[in-house]
Amino acid sequence: MGEHSLENGSLVCPVPLNQYPVVLLAHGGGGKLMHELVAKMFLTSFRNPWLEARHDGAVFPLDGKRIAFTTDSYVVRPLFFPGGNIGTLAVNGTVNDLAMCGARPLYLSVGLVLEEGLPMETLWRVVSSMAEAARQAGVQIVTGDTKVVDKGKGDGLFINTSGVGVIEHDLPVSPSAIQVGDAVILSGDIGRHGIAIMAARESLQFETEIESDCAPLHQLTSTLFEHGIAVHCLRDLTRGGLATALLELAEISGTHIVIHEDHIAVRDDVRGACEILGLDPLYVANEGRFVAFVPAHEAKRALELLRSRSKETVPAIIGEVEATPRGHVTLRSRLGTSRFLHMLSGDQLPRIC
Amino acid sequence: MKYLDEYRDAQTARRYAEALARIVQRPWTIMEVCGGQTHAIVRFGIDQLLPPQIRLVHGPGCPVCVTPVELIDKAIAMAGLPEVIFCSFGDMLRVPGSSSDLLRVKAEGGDVRIVYSPLDAVQIAAANPQREVVFFAVGFETTAPANAMAVLEARRRGIENFSLLVSHFLVPPVLRAILESPGCKVQGFLAAGHVCTVMGYTEYEPIAQQYHVPVVVTGFEPIDILQGVLLCVQQLEAGRAVVENQYARAVRREGNQAAQAALHEVFQVVSRHWRGLGEIPRSGLGLAEPYARYDAERRFGISVAPPDHDTTCISGLVLQGAKRPLECPAFATTCTPEHPLGPTMVSSEGACAAYYRYRHVAGGQDGRA
Repeated sequence: MGEHSLENGSLVCPVPLNQYPVVLLAHGGGGKLMHELVAKMFLTSFRNPWLEARHDGAVFPLDGKRIAFTTDSYVVRPLFFPGGNIGTLAVNGTVNDLAMCGARPLYLSVGLVLEEGLPMETLWRVVSSMAEAARQAGVQIVTGDTKVVDKGKGDGLFINTSGVGVIEHDLPVSPSAIQVGDAVILSGDIGRHGIAIMAARESLQFETEIESDCAPLHQLTSTLFEHGIAVHCLRDLTRGGLATALLELAEISGTHIVIHEDHIAVRDDVRGACEILGLDPLYVANEGRFVAFVPAHEAKRALELLRSRSKETVPAIIGEVEATPRGHVTLRSRLGTSRFLHMLSGDQLPRIC
Repeated sequence: MKYLDEYRDAQTARRYAEALARIVQRPWTIMEVCGGQTHAIVRFGIDQLLPPQIRLVHGPGCPVCVTPVELIDKAIAMAGLPEVIFCSFGDMLRVPGSSSDLLRVKAEGGDVRIVYSPLDAVQIAAANPQREVVFFAVGFETTAPANAMAVLEARRRGIENFSLLVSHFLVPPVLRAILESPGCKVQGFLAAGHVCTVMGYTEYEPIAQQYHVPVVVTGFEPIDILQGVLLCVQQLEAGRAVVENQYARAVRREGNQAAQAALHEVFQVVSRHWRGLGEIPRSGLGLAEPYARYDAERRFGISVAPPDHDTTCISGLVLQGAKRPLECPAFATTCTPEHPLGPTMVSSEGACAAYYRYRHVAGGQDGRA
């Protein structure tokens, strides 16, 4: 059996094993290595039209209705951070994936993997937060599972949530529905979650505490559908940040997305932290922001609707969709210069100097 | 944001670009020495604002790029030892050695940790007295004082399970090496602002005089770089060659003398092998004899086989400013940030990686959007 073979000698592992004989953290970092893993191993193994849509969830017909279904696992460290914890993240993350399918989230499942020795009080705080997040998002946690692993075999607590939602309009909201001429709307300032987590994880002290933007998004997205905006695509910005999300969408839709640096809001404290750490806020994680692709002539109305429902953030039109070069994202800088954005290999690493 | 927005202002940038276009008469090749400047130039598209006569070439001032493979291999070997906690700044973790990298050592069970200050590594050593803590002391004169302080702190607290794997380089010797290399095209330098914050700029005065080359100590924001280029071109057009300080808000002629004192206390000047450039005499720092017991190479006595060199990679020429990344046949074909053939593709500050991230487009020539 050669080094490229799996146990079954007839199968050839599509991820080049000589380059990656073991899984690296970067394979989960939301960058290029993760996309390669998904494209080469998972898409080819499970091939079907729903998976190939490469959406935040699957959308399929059931009894004359369209249903959205999605799943996500949460392994954040530390478990508690300014603005949220692993429990709020687990509920809102799955609620948001359903919202990005254009659905109204309804029911969630929760799978808990607990490490032996986890303080019961910690578990209680997380579960209470989940209950509160579910209440705020208007979803029910209707089924679940609990496993305990030996001490040292888990990082305190891992959570998986799956969710089901119903789609109450006829729009085919998906990356492939993006059209040349669409306007790109960003729902608020970027980078808060990633910096909040990094500050909590590394005990970095900034002048003010930066809180995660973790929040449910479906109330915002549903207002667009309720008012008849012809939404083409929605995508929440998670790992890999705004840049990675747009790069994925440009690739799937075969378009060229142009964004304008001076229209993208980054709070001063987040920007300062990024400058100190040598990070680009375009690639920093968010948990309560999304981009919406809408026809240009409806962009202003969509923006007004989003602004009327946003509490502490200001949605903005940040760019537009062009035809070529296909699969690329261009950033127009404040200085009037342009550059292409590229997907990172894995997580951003702080620089030396 | 104060100290940031005024140095990224579009109108000011345009004014400098126009001033440059007015005064430039002949073609000039200027090297920005520091990788941080290369990163800013490509990220902000500053070269797109310059008149076509001015060619910027990217210098050797990227610590990740110039650290030799042998040293990375030693780091990887040390990080794999069961008693070792290996601490490093983040961007060294992805740098490939001859057969692995530190991220992979971590995936295979090695205790590799990202720290934000060498003093954090001292703290880890204090908290883990039964383990050996090695800090990968990488960089130029900029990072050397903090690394020296870490050694002094370890000594003060009697922490013996702490050591440095030293890969420190000095800027002035490599500028001389570049100027003396046959076929050198560099006519002026933007010196590295942060290095000069520590060292001042008296060391550059004899270089400017001896080689008749203008040296402008320059910062890292778009306006800094444009102003640095303007000062340099003014000198070139006037036939002058002196050291000027664009980055006066951070740099004094004599530098930071407390930092220099710590550096000279703990380190001594040694010869160093530069990845892509080869051995340059008296071009780096090693631990001085009284601090030799903090030297990880001595403590662990690890030797590694010399690595094979890839012949298609032109990183040596890129680091000397003789070629640009897009002139390399391997660029973005067999050489990518995931599988770098040479050092300049590895670090985000490396010239090839910066071009790959911000310029490269499949099928395009220079990728200007």
